[in-house]
Amino acid sequence: MDNLELKRHANEVRRGVLIGTHAAKAGHPGGSLSAADIFTYLYFEEMNVDPANPKDPKRDRFVLSKGHTAPGLYAALAEKGFFPKEELTTLRKLGSHLQGHPSLKCTSGVDMSTGSLGQGISAAAGMAMAGKLDNADYRVYTLLGDGELEEGQVWEASMFAGAKKLDNLVVIVDNNGLQIDGPVSEVNDPNPIDKKFEAFNFHVINVDAHDFDALRAAFKEARETKGMPTAIIAHSLKGKGISFMEGQVGWHGKAPNDEEFATAMAELDKIEEGLK
Amino acid sequence: MGDVKKIATRESYGNALAELGAEYPNMVVLDADLAAATKTGVFKKAFPDRFIDCGIAESNMMAIAAGMATCGKLVWASTFAMFASGRAYEQVRNSIGYPHLNVKIGATHAGITVGEDGASHQCLEDIALMRVIPGMTVICPSDDVETKAAVRAACDFDGPVYLRTGRAGVPVFNDGADYRFEIGKGIQLKEGGDVSIVATGLMVNSALEAAELLAADGIKADVVNIHTIKPIDKDILVKTAQKTGKVFTAEEHSVIGGLGAAVCEVLAEECPVKVHRIGIYDVFGESGSAGALMEKYRLDGKGLYEQIKEKM
Repeated sequence: MDNLELKRHANEVRRGVLIGTHAAKAGHPGGSLSAADIFTYLYFEEMNVDPANPKDPKRDRFVLSKGHTAPGLYAALAEKGFFPKEELTTLRKLGSHLQGHPSLKCTSGVDMSTGSLGQGISAAAGMAMAGKLDNADYRVYTLLGDGELEEGQVWEASMFAGAKKLDNLVVIVDNNGLQIDGPVSEVNDPNPIDKKFEAFNFHVINVDAHDFDALRAAFKEARETKGMPTAIIAHSLKGKGISFMEGQVGWHGKAPNDEEFATAMAELDKIEEGLK
Repeated sequence: MGDVKKIATRESYGNALAELGAEYPNMVVLDADLAAATKTGVFKKAFPDRFIDCGIAESNMMAIAAGMATCGKLVWASTFAMFASGRAYEQVRNSIGYPHLNVKIGATHAGITVGEDGASHQCLEDIALMRVIPGMTVICPSDDVETKAAVRAACDFDGPVYLRTGRAGVPVFNDGADYRFEIGKGIQLKEGGDVSIVATGLMVNSALEAAELLAADGIKADVVNIHTIKPIDKDILVKTAQKTGKVFTAEEHSVIGGLGAAVCEVLAEECPVKVHRIGIYDVFGESGSAGALMEKYRLDGKGLYEQIKEKM
């Protein structure tokens, strides 16, 4: 898929994030938007998944370790065709299959229930380990927040993945630099992130999270890396794509009101115009 | 009971895993650097390719187990009860319990009989912690025969199971030809109309010994083995309560939240009778040999008998 098409899908994913969180009057748009291009690349270019056969044992797996950005994942799954986009407005509502955090029992296309930070990367490592035991070809991808790196379990899982040489595992860090209480560098600085993963025996790639050429090159490099897992440190902008949300920690866990929603959707309309 | 054959249920557990490995090709066993103690090392020796040492990182191990289960593996994740239910509680709850994955938690070294290691390693709260997780099956077998049967039953059962075993040797008594294990089904071991003793784990043996001592006093005890604490066998509990009107529960666990609490929950609603909970009375343990501790905490046959007599 060419970059123009990827950008169109990414724009739709961003719409989905806004639609979901606006309808829910809650949720996490900031980190969903910073990861929107990563979600798009994974689901439209990188991963072998089929909405018609969501439980295919041979499929690639994705674990959203930073589970609070479920609106981004749901928007990507809907865009890919796992369920109708109209259902995004049911996000977080009673009876909806779109729970506040991903649940594998509820939503088609969700490979692991997550939400409690630090646990998803372990589950992903478990999936990769199972693939190794079975000599399976599938690959496993997991997306973490940079604030999430403060959870000790992330490093337990990383030590395991490095030690077991899980080269079918790709850990992606959405490095937007902001967490609820402020900049990650001020709260409990996880930097240098790349050096940490290197020390845990990962192949590490730093990349611009919003540059599809760079993402393409990074995921290709990950595929070609043998004998060790890959960590892609994706340098991103929180709230990316919506001018008044970009770089604002306040949009971590706050939904747009009607007015903000209209403004944001108009901005995406403008981007869409430019992609025609 | 000097010459009775004694086997620790952790030993039975490790042996069962190794015995069943060939029958369940999708079985994998995870441990956290305790394979020699939990006895998963027996499986490791037989099936080295299906044994994964996760190192000293129990929280990670539980979520690794969850991930493997999503890929069709029958996963046994093993460590001491303290770490399985305590340290990794939230991983068990959120990564295994919530998605209801097919992970079996083989928790060894439960209870006071851990012995010399002392209170930091004597988990007296695990039954309570595990049984509040929706969908979690909690099994606490009483001897070698029952442990092996429980491991097989857990393998055949689709969903998360917490299997609680111990470090110390316990007499083998479930060796009758009519012995049958079914998850969620209690076992009537002795019929009597004066008092009920409802026990789990190694306390079942103490209950049988206490029943003999009571019999010498002319008191006939109804002895029930509740190997599955969740889902609990309501019928057998109501039946014994109706029969005797006086129930004693016996567990190597805190009296808060464990078997005694589970029995009270059932009987309060279905057949209110007086229930005395015998176990560890809201204290931490201490170092000592398993035997000395069982005696001090009055959980051996004699101690149990005396506690029952005092409370009758």
